[in-house]
Amino acid sequence: MTDTVAHRSVVKGVVLRFAGDSGDGMQLAGERFTSVSAAFGNDLATLPDFPAEIRAPAGTLAGVSSFQVQISDHSITTPGDTPNVLVAMNPAGLKANLSVLEPGATVIVNADAFDERALAKAGYASDPLSDGTLGSFTLYEVPMTSITQEVCKEAGVKPRDAERSKNFFALGLVSWLYTRPIEPTLEWITERFGSRPQVAEANTRAFRAGFDFGETAELFESNYEVRPAAFEPGEYVQVTGNSALAWGLITAARLAGLPLFLGSYPITPASDILHELSRRKEFGIRTFQAEDEIAGVGAALGAAFGGSLGVTTTSGPGLDLKSETIGLAINLELPLVVVDVQRGGPSTGLPTKTEQADLLHAMYGRHGEAPLPIIAPSTPSDCFATAIEAVRLAVKYRTPVIVLSDGYLANGAEPWKLPDIGAIPPIEPDFASAPNHVDEDGTETFWPYIRDAETLARPWAPPGLPGLEHRIGGLEKADGSGNVSYEGVNHERMVHLRQNKIAGITADIPPLEVNDPTGDAQLLLVSWGSTYAAVAAGVKRVRARGMKAAHAHLRHLNPFPSNLGDVLGHYSQVLVPEMNLGQLSKILRAEFLVDAQSLSKMQGVPFRVMEIEAAITAILGGKA
Amino acid sequence: MTTTAVPVTTRKDWSSDQEVRWCPGCGDYSILAAVQMLMPDLGVRRENTVFLSGIGCAARFPYYMNTYGMHSIHGRAPAIATGLATSRPDLDVWVITGDGDSLSIGGNHLIHALRRNVRVNILMFNNQIYGLTKGQYSPTSEVAKVTKSTPFGSLDTPFNPVSLALGAEATFVARTHDMDRAHMQETFRRAHEHNGAAFVEVLQNCNVFNDGAFEKITGKEVRSNMLIPLVHGEPIVFGAEGEERGVAQRADGGLEIVSVGEAGTAGLLVHDEKRDDPGLAFALSRLARGPYEPTPIGVFRAVERPEYGALMSEQIVQTQEKRGIGDIEALLRSGSSWTVE
Repeated sequence: MTDTVAHRSVVKGVVLRFAGDSGDGMQLAGERFTSVSAAFGNDLATLPDFPAEIRAPAGTLAGVSSFQVQISDHSITTPGDTPNVLVAMNPAGLKANLSVLEPGATVIVNADAFDERALAKAGYASDPLSDGTLGSFTLYEVPMTSITQEVCKEAGVKPRDAERSKNFFALGLVSWLYTRPIEPTLEWITERFGSRPQVAEANTRAFRAGFDFGETAELFESNYEVRPAAFEPGEYVQVTGNSALAWGLITAARLAGLPLFLGSYPITPASDILHELSRRKEFGIRTFQAEDEIAGVGAALGAAFGGSLGVTTTSGPGLDLKSETIGLAINLELPLVVVDVQRGGPSTGLPTKTEQADLLHAMYGRHGEAPLPIIAPSTPSDCFATAIEAVRLAVKYRTPVIVLSDGYLANGAEPWKLPDIGAIPPIEPDFASAPNHVDEDGTETFWPYIRDAETLARPWAPPGLPGLEHRIGGLEKADGSGNVSYEGVNHERMVHLRQNKIAGITADIPPLEVNDPTGDAQLLLVSWGSTYAAVAAGVKRVRARGMKAAHAHLRHLNPFPSNLGDVLGHYSQVLVPEMNLGQLSKILRAEFLVDAQSLSKMQGVPFRVMEIEAAITAILGGKA
Repeated sequence: MTTTAVPVTTRKDWSSDQEVRWCPGCGDYSILAAVQMLMPDLGVRRENTVFLSGIGCAARFPYYMNTYGMHSIHGRAPAIATGLATSRPDLDVWVITGDGDSLSIGGNHLIHALRRNVRVNILMFNNQIYGLTKGQYSPTSEVAKVTKSTPFGSLDTPFNPVSLALGAEATFVARTHDMDRAHMQETFRRAHEHNGAAFVEVLQNCNVFNDGAFEKITGKEVRSNMLIPLVHGEPIVFGAEGEERGVAQRADGGLEIVSVGEAGTAGLLVHDEKRDDPGLAFALSRLARGPYEPTPIGVFRAVERPEYGALMSEQIVQTQEKRGIGDIEALLRSGSSWTVE
């Protein structure tokens, strides 16, 4: 839908991908474009994609770092299936991304980077710019490096240093192409590089040169405008999943009136939560970078014993290592929040790529009967509310809770309407304050495993109160007194009590909502975690084509909402798209005896909307 | 926090109602008694005292103390204690561990708790054997030890726990043994008073699986000639009257045992537990190759270094002084925000 107005076309949206070497500053360029677009009022979603190596071999396909962003004048949930515009800073960046472009897409290349050596490194036998490879695309060859060096020379910047500013040239050019305001980026450069005036000057000059190039080179027939989307009134910020999660933890600690203690070990893609909490010491947060994953969760549990809000953050390999301590926390019945930002596995797997394959691990990955609540955020900004919900459940039910985020949510960004913090209900730690038992001889004493009749939670009694001294541990405990007990019938009772406590949380979570506007769809799609975005968009698309599909999104994965069985039973077909081999569908089949079909994807990137659309179409028998 | 005087207590107040379940004759009994009898003298409150442990015979200890306590998982007590002690500086935190718990599966946590100087008192019961799993060799067992898991003799060089702690930058390192209550209590008291991580190796007899492991040095008959008491500021001497020996420094810097009669007191090494350089303390820890040669006991090293939890709290206080107490609304707007009308 293009509407040309004197060399400026208004479009509904664009999917843009920056690609280059991992040292080329593509993430930075993408983030800046995103920030400016967010403030401009577009809806957007991002998909950063970078190699695990900090500096993979320069110029190779393995070293390509990319950043995709979809900006739109209407509500969107995904970063887009196929880029309309690719900015390729080198041959490898072009080659690695060509296959995902839509036909007719715009390809802007840094022509200076397409020399013989670079072409060879990328595995090109001939020059794709001239051999017809790009025949179906609109190609713009721009000498980004040399122009950047030229404009920086006047500022006294050496060519080798100036070369580093070429990402700002690319950003400037794209800013012109999509009529982005330039002031915010200029201000940002000044602020960010203020301590290094020459770098600030080089970046400013490169950015302006890129913008001016678009305006004056008469290379481009027109530029484009993506108008602001219609958002609900309110105050907005742009947020990534990891930031939202960290902020959610801080807010929850405040709501509970508990000091926050984070025990963590650096691991991709979870480290940014550790970083964010570490720089917020004004909230009284203790952040502890432990010697290993085990010590991270151990220290968090020790702090929880002492009355803090204990949190540990990790990814799959770390969750493996923490399993034993999580089992201890289940037995101790202490609040603990475990955040698993999932990545491709097994083992080291794909450290920087997303996956959802830790669900069964979170559910069952401990020895013994060891149930705990599991919840998953659906979008980057939803990580905020999810963190608060995790803390609420952990504190109320004295249990470890696993939050399953993933690499896509962690690094992806979107606009977020700021919540009304004052409207979030407080979290009540409800510490034990007095003895709760009278011995046969009449002495008042404290029994750590007398449970609340409603929640089955035991009292939380941090050290410090006289008369409440007690010992807890990993050995099985006698129901009530908490003394060590190896008695079989007691053990079975305790296994049931622990299970019933977690199962009882069902009564404390909202019923599953089903999006089924006509109410007569035969097919239900069930999403969890970050698949929400693609499933929501896919369902919307098939409806636009006249098909009927219902959508339900599971935020609570253990226990499930109380009406899940009824919802599943209402539909003749159930499809569960997951970035794993069908872990949720396996659980749904086992729990509810429904023929839940799995749609799997394990390519380190989220589902594309078209993949969901095709799967629905295949089931409903329509034309793809 | 209460400011009233600490109530007068007795051993009974510090003993829980749980039946002690170590093997009859185990050295752990005398250590438990020493601790229970010492606690009333330390001027601390039961409700502010926590005993933490991992797994092993020694790890049952917290169940027998009428304080707050946690019997956790194998090797992890120093990590759990780090979280507790740093977040609750008002507590007196003790870690009870064994040679397998702290030097095998938990070796990593031990060394890091020591280097960080977390305010915990770590009592490591060293019996040179795995007791609870019924008699496998441990990381402190002597080479060629024949056990169920090493029927042809163990191959591993053992750890010297004191050397290890000193190498891990520990600020307080001591050794005592289960046959001498007064010495244990004095050593534990010093550990308790130390502001930082205190590591105490307690030579402890496992009478079932490794009976008499330390008999050659701790036996009543031989003790005076085989244990070398370290006393700060005093020349290092030991031995029965008339046959006193002492520790002297050789020209090459190494330590040797000499006869006091021949060398004279002036030539002996004066023990300095406050010496910043741990080199001499390390040399002392290497004096005996095993529990069959004269072995130093007492405090090897007691130096001051900022305590980890205090440093952590200080960073928070300083940041809050500079930025004010954190404001959630401002936090959420720490990037740029925009308003949609």
